Amino acid sequence: MSRPAEAVRLDDVEPAAALADLTEISSQIESAVVFRADGSMLASTLADDVRAERLVGSARELLEAATASPAGAGRTLTQLEVALREGSVFVVLDGELGVAATTTSSPTAGLVLYDLRTCLRSLSAPDPEESAAPPRRRRAKKTADA
Amino acid sequence: MRRLLALLVLVGGPLLVIFRRRDTRHERVSLYYDDGSMVTLERGAPGSERLLQLARTAL
Repeated sequence: MSRPAEAVRLDDVEPAAALADLTEISSQIESAVVFRADGSMLASTLADDVRAERLVGSARELLEAATASPAGAGRTLTQLEVALREGSVFVVLDGELGVAATTTSSPTAGLVLYDLRTCLRSLSAPDPEESAAPPRRRRAKKTADA
Repeated sequence: MRRLLALLVLVGGPLLVIFRRRDTRHERVSLYYDDGSMVTLERGAPGSERLLQLARTAL
């Protein structure tokens, strides 16, 4: 008998660990959520699930509205920042995964975006055991024909 | 006393206006695309108000 519950649990732990790393390295980030493109939440730094789901919903609406903006005609949106007086909202996409974060006022946008991309990359990076390349064979040295 | 009040109005008034304008300008949207380009929408640009409103809800 298969054990899907265990697979789900493992799936949930990795994004949570990635978010824990993210909030540890970036003091400007106040809250963050990792979500799939279909809107399902994978992990959150917020204790309140309702607030976390609301942040995912807002992030998806932001992405939709930004994609519809005439400014990006013919290009694919990968990340966005909305800066307000009271703080900023960042959303970064990487394939099927997305991460949204709220920050304090006037954050260092470049650093926050870098940290969010690193967080997503750590989630979408292939398992090192699976991706390990087979050991390379050494080429035999050619001997010069006399 | 009157002079002091006039001085306060003369100096404080413009400063207040400058700070308020700076705060309003601070609100903006930055969109980053896969080709490495970036577009900044200042407040009042087409589509920016909806994005600012959504972000306000998120915060």
